[in-house]
Amino acid sequence: MSDGTPTSLRTALGRVRGLGSAKSGTEHWWLQRLTSVALIPLTLWFAISVISLVGAPYEEVRAWLARPWSAVLMILMLVATFHHAAAGMQVIYEDYIHSHWLRLAVDLATKGLAFLLAAYGVVAVLKIAFGG
Amino acid sequence: MATGDRPISPHLQVHRMLPNMAQSITHRITGAALTVGTLLLVYWIGAAAAGPEAYAAAQGLIGSILGRLLLFGWTWALFYHLCAGIRHLVWDTGHGYDLRVTDLSGWAVVGGSVALTLLAWIVGYMVMG
Repeated sequence: MSDGTPTSLRTALGRVRGLGSAKSGTEHWWLQRLTSVALIPLTLWFAISVISLVGAPYEEVRAWLARPWSAVLMILMLVATFHHAAAGMQVIYEDYIHSHWLRLAVDLATKGLAFLLAAYGVVAVLKIAFGG
Repeated sequence: MATGDRPISPHLQVHRMLPNMAQSITHRITGAALTVGTLLLVYWIGAAAAGPEAYAAAQGLIGSILGRLLLFGWTWALFYHLCAGIRHLVWDTGHGYDLRVTDLSGWAVVGGSVALTLLAWIVGYMVMG
């Protein structure tokens, strides 16, 4: 570049942004990794908790889920799980569904359902945590 | 956009199935299965929030033979996807691509997922008494 000869047709701004032709960059990929890292400890916590609650009566399960740490970790696990699931399903659809409109419809349906279930789960946890 | 007559690269069917391929496909299948399995998780939490009758119904459903079979598959899918996911995260750092290491980590994922599943269920039955 120092001799003034351009080595790329890309503009200076385009090089700085580093997004290539995909426009949106690596956000989807990165969030999928971020949620997967978060889900390692969350999944292990969930598995250990559920195993310790096997056969436990209703009151005990409620009391466990009402504890602040249980409620917080469960809500974080729900959010990370549904984000990770929707992101993963999107990639599967992109690979195997070749019709644009069908892919869009299935992807939107998945994301809508993921939002719905995540919100329902979070509200259920909050109800137990604050409902007393 | 006309894409029908473009040349395409050889697809999945032309390759001999190798452990790594099977493990990669299993990672996807368990991921999709776990996505469906979230219904069970949300159903369980929702039942706990709804009240004692709803929770007893959920416990009855999950505790049935079919429920336990489903939950056993769910447990294995969860541990497989967890172990294989960690393997993928290591690959993302640029490590573990050596053929010997890849073979080894692949079988570690399979063995680890089975061991963790059995451990979870043995401890679970011990807790239940």
